[in-house]
Amino acid sequence: MITRVGNWIGRHLMITMGILVLIYMYIPNFVVALMSFNDASESRNLYQFQSFTWNNWLNPCEPNGMCESLRVSVSVALVATIVATILGTLASFALVRHRFEGRSTMNLFIFLPMATPEIVMGSSLLALFVAGGLGGKLGFWTILVAHILFCLSFVVVTVRSRLAGLDSNLEKAAMDLYANEWQAFWRVTFPLVFPGVLAAALLAFSLSFDDFIITNLNSGQTVTFPMFVWGAAQRGVPMQVNVVGTAMFLISLAVVVGGEMSSRRRAKMLAAR
Amino acid sequence: MPQASEPRRDLRLKGLHKRYPNGYTAVKSLDLEIPQGSFFALLGPSGCGKTTTLRMVAGLEDVTSGTIHIGDQDITREKPYRRPVNTVFQNYALFPHLTIAENVEFGPKRRGVKDSAARVKAILELTELTEQAGKRPAQLSGGQQQRVALARALINRPEVLLLDEPLGALDLKLRRAMQLELKHIQEEVGLTFVHVTHDQEEAMTMADTVAVMNQGVIEQMGSPYELYTNPRTTFVANFLGRSNLIKGTVVGREGSGADAAVKVDMFGTLVSIQADRVHTDSKEGWIGIRPEKLLIQPAGSQSDDPGNHFSDAVVISSSYIGVSTEYVLKMPWGQELICFEQNRGVRGGLVQVGAHVDVSWRQEYVYLLDSSQDAEAGLEGA
Repeated sequence: MITRVGNWIGRHLMITMGILVLIYMYIPNFVVALMSFNDASESRNLYQFQSFTWNNWLNPCEPNGMCESLRVSVSVALVATIVATILGTLASFALVRHRFEGRSTMNLFIFLPMATPEIVMGSSLLALFVAGGLGGKLGFWTILVAHILFCLSFVVVTVRSRLAGLDSNLEKAAMDLYANEWQAFWRVTFPLVFPGVLAAALLAFSLSFDDFIITNLNSGQTVTFPMFVWGAAQRGVPMQVNVVGTAMFLISLAVVVGGEMSSRRRAKMLAAR
Repeated sequence: MPQASEPRRDLRLKGLHKRYPNGYTAVKSLDLEIPQGSFFALLGPSGCGKTTTLRMVAGLEDVTSGTIHIGDQDITREKPYRRPVNTVFQNYALFPHLTIAENVEFGPKRRGVKDSAARVKAILELTELTEQAGKRPAQLSGGQQQRVALARALINRPEVLLLDEPLGALDLKLRRAMQLELKHIQEEVGLTFVHVTHDQEEAMTMADTVAVMNQGVIEQMGSPYELYTNPRTTFVANFLGRSNLIKGTVVGREGSGADAAVKVDMFGTLVSIQADRVHTDSKEGWIGIRPEKLLIQPAGSQSDDPGNHFSDAVVISSSYIGVSTEYVLKMPWGQELICFEQNRGVRGGLVQVGAHVDVSWRQEYVYLLDSSQDAEAGLEGA
């Protein structure tokens, strides 16, 4: 009897706990999604659901400056992701595949920015820009430089771990089978490292899109989306912010689910053969 | 494949030397000639330089000095993808993102072979992998993966196939089966196989010629029979099979030509060793005898076995292995010798521990090794 009760608890407690944790994690997203349909035009209390409307979704750019800030954030994130992913992937190859003087020191210096508090990195970058005579020119380019900088470490960590798990004999085997250096890289190494590179790029994009502290210190007159939200929060956040939040959530959900489905389909196809 | 009229395409290593940047010398001026079409084994304990040698032949490791030739062609500095050589890697190194057929087709495609599809079909049939063609390496068993690695190399019809411990990852039973299969395939395709292994039984079953390697040099090279019956060094004597090594002092020589022999005093017994089995010039030496060449009889029984006789040995342990029994004998001079006896049932039972026995051996099985060598060399690898 006791064991049966114990079993019941053991079986269902785990599930219940799991669901509770998931709810805890996703409640903010549900609230944001709900509020994106809120008609707040009549009310001063912005955090209460008044009545349903499509207006926020139909006119997302209504709040002054929001879409402009979104455009800045997306372009910074895109460029920073591309540059950081390329540089970081190359650095990972150097760190994993080659033995050179100062390799371990280089390892340390690449990872150090991850452990540095953002406020420290942000203010030191600001000091650097000002000392470099860019004090009056803070904006898109300084934000970009800062974002590439902090994304780089994360890209290196992600790609490096993927590369380290890769048998270096695979490249040698490719060369043994008549592939030259170029072919061995593109036919064997790159396809195998690609999932790591993709994960690194997604990580870099979300880190860059989301960053506030470093950006705020180095942006000058330019306003990114997180800065817009921060500024708006002083007066009352426009409901369209929830639209952007929900859209971002749905896009990332689609990416994850799509990836999962395509890998399941591949596995199924393999099994059917 | 080369025609009979073409010059022979033997693999020749001359003064091959490998020193790593950290100063470690893996291979010390190695000279080796491997005839075209032979099954050659490089045998040695881990770290003896056998894999480094193989990788230098494949072009995966730079040569510090020395040369590598196939026939007249110098391939010492050639890129790996320009050598008529393919490798079966220790852990197979199959491409995980490609199917079995794509793995096998990788080489022919890179070389732009026209009938690659037909070749893939044929080689998959030879290695019994037709069913697995569409699967990924991770979906196959160890034995199947091993065959894919073999097929992927063989399809290119290399002049030399290098095998780096190809059976090391398989369990014992599968390993035995694959040994026979590999040997069979080698006979069928007629390519030169260079097989690196630390398993002496594997080397002896498969190879025509075995080179025993230790600390970057070849200790001895020859047919399995030669190596086993007439080892030249204590390392070979211990690493390949087992040996009893007993201290002896050279007292003189007798006869000449084919009958020449060296007389050695061994704790009061005179042992006569054929000159071609003597591998030392010094006064002292290790007298070597294989355990199965020791014959035991109950003490005092009349023995008509020719050769050297010793009485008063005591059996101090015995282990029954089914087909044979391994005895440890304490000799009158205090040394312990190993003796294997086939369980043919001639005496109607095993010799008990504690029993006194007489020991004899035929002198033509004895060999003499240099006393400066370590009598324990090669033991840890066995």
